Amino acid sequence: MSLLKVTIDGKTIEVEPGKTILQAARQIGPDVAPPAMCYYTKLKTSGGYCRTCLVKVTKGSEKDPRPMPKLVASCRTTVMDGMEVQNYSSDEVVEARKGVVEFLLINHPLDCPICDQAGECHLQDLSYENGRSKSRYEFKRRTFEKIDIGEKIQLHMTRCILCYRCVKVADQLTPGRVHGVINRGEVAEISTYIQNAVDNEFSGNMIDVCPVGALTDKTFRFKSRVWFLKPVDAHRDCDQCSGKAVVWKYGNEIYRVTGRKDQWGEVDEWICNTCRFEKKSPSDWVEEGPRKINRHSVIAQNHYGSKTRFVASPESLPQKQLS
Amino acid sequence: MAEVIQGTRAFNPSTRAGIKFSDEALKTIEALMKRYPEGKHKSALLPVLHVAQAESDGWLSPEVMDYVAELMKLQSIEVYEVASFYSMYNLKPVGKCVLEVCRTSSCWTRGAEDVIDYIGKKLNIREGETSPDGMFTLKTVECLGACGGAPMLQCGAEYHENLTEAKIDSLIERYRSEGRRKSYTDLDYQNTK
Amino acid sequence: MGRKLLLTHDHVEGIQGYTAYRANGGYRSVEKALKKMTPDEVVEEVKKSGLRGRGGAGFPTGMKWSFLAKPDGVPRYLVCNADESEPGTFKDRYLMERIPHILIEGMITSSYALGANTSYIYIRGEYFYVARILENAIAEAYANGWLGKNILGTGYNLDLYVQVGGGAYICGEETALLESLEGKRGNPRIKPPFPAVAGLYGCPTVVNNVETIAAVVPIVNDGGDEYAKIGIGRSTGTKLISASGNINKPGVYEIELGVPVEEFIFSDEYCGGIANGKRMKACVPGGSSVPILPDYLVCKTAAGEDRLMTYESLSDGGFVSGSMLGSGGFIVYDEHQCIVRNTWNFSRFYHHESCGQCSPCREGTGWMERVLHRLEKGEGNMSDIDLLVDVAKKIEGNTICPLGDAAAWPVAAAIRHFRHEFEYHVLHPDKIKDPKHGHREPIMPVKPEPVTA
Repeated sequence: MSLLKVTIDGKTIEVEPGKTILQAARQIGPDVAPPAMCYYTKLKTSGGYCRTCLVKVTKGSEKDPRPMPKLVASCRTTVMDGMEVQNYSSDEVVEARKGVVEFLLINHPLDCPICDQAGECHLQDLSYENGRSKSRYEFKRRTFEKIDIGEKIQLHMTRCILCYRCVKVADQLTPGRVHGVINRGEVAEISTYIQNAVDNEFSGNMIDVCPVGALTDKTFRFKSRVWFLKPVDAHRDCDQCSGKAVVWKYGNEIYRVTGRKDQWGEVDEWICNTCRFEKKSPSDWVEEGPRKINRHSVIAQNHYGSKTRFVASPESLPQKQLS
Repeated sequence: MAEVIQGTRAFNPSTRAGIKFSDEALKTIEALMKRYPEGKHKSALLPVLHVAQAESDGWLSPEVMDYVAELMKLQSIEVYEVASFYSMYNLKPVGKCVLEVCRTSSCWTRGAEDVIDYIGKKLNIREGETSPDGMFTLKTVECLGACGGAPMLQCGAEYHENLTEAKIDSLIERYRSEGRRKSYTDLDYQNTK
Repeated sequence: MGRKLLLTHDHVEGIQGYTAYRANGGYRSVEKALKKMTPDEVVEEVKKSGLRGRGGAGFPTGMKWSFLAKPDGVPRYLVCNADESEPGTFKDRYLMERIPHILIEGMITSSYALGANTSYIYIRGEYFYVARILENAIAEAYANGWLGKNILGTGYNLDLYVQVGGGAYICGEETALLESLEGKRGNPRIKPPFPAVAGLYGCPTVVNNVETIAAVVPIVNDGGDEYAKIGIGRSTGTKLISASGNINKPGVYEIELGVPVEEFIFSDEYCGGIANGKRMKACVPGGSSVPILPDYLVCKTAAGEDRLMTYESLSDGGFVSGSMLGSGGFIVYDEHQCIVRNTWNFSRFYHHESCGQCSPCREGTGWMERVLHRLEKGEGNMSDIDLLVDVAKKIEGNTICPLGDAAAWPVAAAIRHFRHEFEYHVLHPDKIKDPKHGHREPIMPVKPEPVTA
């Protein structure tokens, strides 16, 4: 099958038919790749919701060179031969994306100082890189009734941006989904509706796919800020998953276990809940070496062997606000 | 109202109380599911939820939805997701007679607010409330497609247009004497082939 | 009197029932199509007629039909969109309630043309009593051999069902409708693929509005060319207009496309003028989603030409000085109405009806509503007006489905034409506290000075 030529922000690449603009842009590199908050390569039908990856198609294809009338979601638009796309080089795209970032933030609690996702949060990166410096929203931010979805995963609905990734994990990786999106519009929320635990061997992957701090690891809750920890590639023999993970250590202690994420923040392979939540002893794992975090956020600044390290004790954190 | 927004979710532990629909309703549900191709019976969920609501005092408790899920061989969450999306399914108990007053542009222009005020004062309830005797619930809704007969309200399957105070009086009188709980759809199951 | 094609027999007693409908020429189009025409010939007539989708978008129906994919061994579906929910629009309800058989007849003829053997009418849940009327009509059609197996001995089979919705404006969007018809939340799908390729259950599907389907009946009966003779240019045939608001005779009118707007509003044949002898202040000509027009742009275009009831004339001037025919939901406002309040009302509607799937619409509709509510109460400031314009712009075109546009356009248009009224709300909060302030002190639109070159 012949390859298709696509030009994004002036850089040309040839890709296989069926690839989306986003995938092509990622192949070119981070300079032209649009941000994506809801698309996830490993999850079928993901993408299209958040609108952060909007781009401008200035030439549809060699055959039909007409531009597309509206900005399109690059994650759901497939490449045509001869297509020309503008991402960062289009003021219209940059302005629209600023709008999307502002929309995503107007109801976000901005509780980063007490959020476990801080430091590896895609919304932090997104707003830093693509947002405006000040919100113009002056109304009360949305709140939700707190619900308990089980003993391993913490749900903070106020932080959710409704990317649907966790729902797709539950649909595609686990039998008998018990959580989903309920209600409509602005008050739509991730929920189990009734008291119910999200509990099966692969449910923990919901944490890894969550782009924000809406789903976090209860076994790691308030243990440390991620940038104080040392990510190490490690594996173990597991009869349920590949056993390939990253263990996050302070000294010799394992604080948490996650999947291995690529430069776009997507996991290479799903891991099971036993590996994620139960195996916290160094003897459980065979270490392979330091994990390079190829992201722009604060954890990328982690320096192995740095002298200034600090681990917060749970007592020092403002738990009252969080109960 | 616009200032504070909060998800309105009935949050109860599931108990799966002994719920059972009438034979007629069950027959209807079976017939509804057969309207769709093999394996696509989930399509019947919306109409089935109307039947379920009619069988359950006009609202869908989590237990009723679990029962629907069982009947249709769906996950309960699939039913919750759908029921909470559409505005006609009540997820909390309602009165025996739900007065749904349209408040969108044409009705609003022709006195919808006065209608809401009038009913509210007459029944001594506010929007969204149920009268203490459990008889009337006053709800405001968005455009019901009767703009030419504005102002209007819907109760069950009935449309009442060109409302005046006198019309509202007699309507409430009639509903009170009927003790109306025909449920929203005023279902007549035979018709569902 | 203009010609009528859909409401021809509206006045006939018992026309709701099969006997009267049949006696007045009903089901002729089915006989003609099934016995004398190939499916492609029917499609060809619809193409020739120039019929455009009557639900709002105005896309040529024949072209939409010809896009339908026809892979071997895969069923095709025709779905009728009877989820009429656009504020100001109630023509489909009128038609289905009064002459249900014309829709059933149109569904049979159209399904034949498209090669569908199972078709659905998706009707909004609130129209439950209308669904009953349709079900009765379908039962009559089965009983008389117009539905079921081997219709008229031609070997063509068709089953037709009515599906009631659950209350959601968004299900009027065709892919949300299909989701809903599959028993799911009414979240619009991301396109492509379009329904013509992958629609209901992933099969090729055509979704058409009630009035569009009904119009197929006269088109097949009289021929596409005959239909195309009515109207002007690319606006052919007749159109049902739902007229409401402050007019003397609200109701549904069938017009020949091309009637002057002035005649439509002021003649006794149609709306009969503004109620209570007041002045017209503004008009929304195509349902709540289309831009509002100030009095001086309703009957005349910016260039001073007569505005006509056609797709082209109503959009003359683009969004600067024009609007759209949309679904034909014609709402007229008199001098006492407050545009800020009305814009807030529309905004509240879209906020309520946003499905919540994509971020600009989920977050932006609520934001606009709150700012408008603040302005309406006299608690806003001048910068709110430009903020609204900017938020509307950030939503428009950036959402999965057209609901974002539908929410943004009315706000942008109201500010474009009535900015002084928004400013008045900021400057005189004491005077607008009473919701009926417009009755004491009407604020009329201000016509901009003509720009001389």
